Amino acid sequence: MILDLKTKVDKLGVEDRVSRITKRSLKSEAKLQGLKMILSMIDLTTLEGMDTNKSVEQLCYKATHLHQEFPDLPNVAAVCVYPNMVKTASNFLKDSKVKVASVATAFPSGNSSLEVKIQETKEAIFNGAEEIDMVISRGKFHSGEYNYVFDEIATIKETCGDKARLKVILETGELGDYDHIRLASEISIKAGADFIKTSTGKIKPAATLPITLVMLEAIKDHYYNTGKMVGMKPAGGISNSKLALQYLIMVKETLGNLWLDKHWFRFGASSLANDVLMQILKQKTGVYQSNNYFSKD
Amino acid sequence: MSSKIKSLKYNGKWDFSPSIESIENLSIQKEYQLFINGQFQQPLAKKYFPSINPSNEQQLSRIAKAESEDVDMAVKSARVAFNGQWGKISGKERAKYIYRIARLIQEKSKELAIVETLDGGKPIRESRDIDIPLAAAHFFYYAGWADKLEYAFPNRFPKPLGVVGQIIPWNFPLMMAAWKIAPALATGNTVVLKPAESTSITALLLAEIIKEAELPPGVVNIITGDGSTGNLIVNHPDVNKIAFTGSTQVGKSIMENISGTNKRSTMELGGKAANIIFEDAPLDQAVEGVINGIYFNQGHVCCAGSRLFIQESVYDVVLRKLKDRMQSLLVGNPLDKNTDIGAVNSKQQLATIQKYIDIGVKEGADIFQLNCELPKNGYWCPPTLFTNVSQSHSIAKEEIFGPVLAVQTFRTTQEVINKANNTPYGLSAGVWTDKGSKAFNLASKLKAGVIWANTYNKFDPTSPFGGYKESGHGREGGLHGLSPYLNLE
Repeated sequence: MILDLKTKVDKLGVEDRVSRITKRSLKSEAKLQGLKMILSMIDLTTLEGMDTNKSVEQLCYKATHLHQEFPDLPNVAAVCVYPNMVKTASNFLKDSKVKVASVATAFPSGNSSLEVKIQETKEAIFNGAEEIDMVISRGKFHSGEYNYVFDEIATIKETCGDKARLKVILETGELGDYDHIRLASEISIKAGADFIKTSTGKIKPAATLPITLVMLEAIKDHYYNTGKMVGMKPAGGISNSKLALQYLIMVKETLGNLWLDKHWFRFGASSLANDVLMQILKQKTGVYQSNNYFSKD
Repeated sequence: MSSKIKSLKYNGKWDFSPSIESIENLSIQKEYQLFINGQFQQPLAKKYFPSINPSNEQQLSRIAKAESEDVDMAVKSARVAFNGQWGKISGKERAKYIYRIARLIQEKSKELAIVETLDGGKPIRESRDIDIPLAAAHFFYYAGWADKLEYAFPNRFPKPLGVVGQIIPWNFPLMMAAWKIAPALATGNTVVLKPAESTSITALLLAEIIKEAELPPGVVNIITGDGSTGNLIVNHPDVNKIAFTGSTQVGKSIMENISGTNKRSTMELGGKAANIIFEDAPLDQAVEGVINGIYFNQGHVCCAGSRLFIQESVYDVVLRKLKDRMQSLLVGNPLDKNTDIGAVNSKQQLATIQKYIDIGVKEGADIFQLNCELPKNGYWCPPTLFTNVSQSHSIAKEEIFGPVLAVQTFRTTQEVINKANNTPYGLSAGVWTDKGSKAFNLASKLKAGVIWANTYNKFDPTSPFGGYKESGHGREGGLHGLSPYLNLE
């Protein structure tokens, strides 16, 4: 495999572009439309050691009943859980349009053998996962073993086959420079990722606007070169509507109309949905409601 | 890169709703007077000219036209102030006044930004985030120098020149006034300043600020009018220095006029800057820099990156990225917070830009323009670029002062240095490369006063600005900006 490592990223330039994007002003109809879009793009996530069947079921219930008073609002895109909770989630969601996503490949560190990772992926898919969120091997990446990282992704992609879409988590908080993030994005895309994703949510910093821009630009270059679309999922740290709208504006101005769709863009978040709901109600009624009106899980 | 891939689409799916800056609490006077000797006064001949909002062609206000006797009065009051109190107070005291002006600009920044946008047509985003903050920053910066001139020029006994005449352009009205007035005051001179005919209002609001700051009468006089008023200042026998920012053509005629006199001069004139993208550059950021370089302020920027040189190996991909990026530029109401490209400053300037676009087409270059809806009234030009351009095309040689980019290619470093320097101008240049040594090499070979590496159109009061060749002489900003206002031994 020959990797195109030529593409350079200028940190200050990326941050300048981001600061200009964050100055866009969203009002009235466009804001409401954006908020609804965000809601439809959320991967409602619970990834805790203390997750139980009951807590996952509660989350699934929430995913399918976001706000009773406004049935015209879209549901979230997916529920994202650990592999051992996939069965619970998929049983609950089997009659809904909400997809079941599962982290796999020794999430969050990825420090395990390829065999274990393949097995875990297979199990998750067998139990009903329609989307697999894998992590790349950051240790191998930092030791320059890019081919290993590539092959691992390609193998998991092969395991997913046509049963599940593969999201590849770069864990950007552990990669350091934007040049590394760009390179990891290219490796993942070329190895067959359907989505590239910033973070596990376990490492800080998680998703940021500049990091997401670097990844969106890698996606754009891949589209220019091949005509193939790859999705993007920033995850972790996006907890309010204002920030989420800025992400969406960035997608609009970097990749354009095609990506403004839950099939190609997702937010990995747990508390974002409530804030979006609150803002939508504010847009519709003109007043903010107490957050006590929105169920926590 | 495959050429079969469809272009990306950026509009029509989730477009921004209007987000208009409110002008409810704004009051623009029906008529503005001359600011002479600390007072607003009518011109002796009682002549006025209209100031037009270029985004809707409506008259905003009427501006006094200063004629010979008004100019004479302004220069006299500046002379009296120089010989009087202002010439005697310490640098520390001068600094207090300048700081006060800076703070008042900050306090009134919103009003100033809105008026700048109404009068000049530039997007509110730019006047709010760039013009007004930089104007305040310039006063703050030079206030700091006022009591340190002996340290800036050790053993050279710095002394002010006297009365300085300052003539500024319409592209950054308030900011240019700040660039001129702040160093002149810090060095102890007195000022007669004339803003451009089409954009006088913020300079007159600055006059109100100066009055509010209780600057002694006559230290700053702001008089309005057209080129003939400027001429009167240039030729007034009691003016010690002319500081001019504007076109090379007018700059040349000023130099002719003051030759044989003792008048000093600073000229900040036109440009035709090269923005150079090497194959190893961070391409997405370079494209953003090209956009900022040529479409900032509708291209009404003397240092605009109006000539783009792309290394051939990355030509296709850069051009594609550039065209896609252009699609998300929003052209329209300058008061809309999302507007990227506002109105062209005047009918006359629009005609000039249109003339060059026609020449470009006639000379055989390929035109690409953003396909967008333009408002019915007002003066508008969509972002434009030309490919298939060579050094000998008029659009690659002459300053257009509009949102028109001429794209050329190159193969080697030496080739692009030759091409970039092959111009009578030399104000600015941009270099995009990941290689530090290449950037420094270019910086030493390009004959331009300002060279940006991996960025473009970045301004700061601490950094000197000015040109080579027909782009002018003298520097504004930084320590270098002090000496043109001083007699040094």
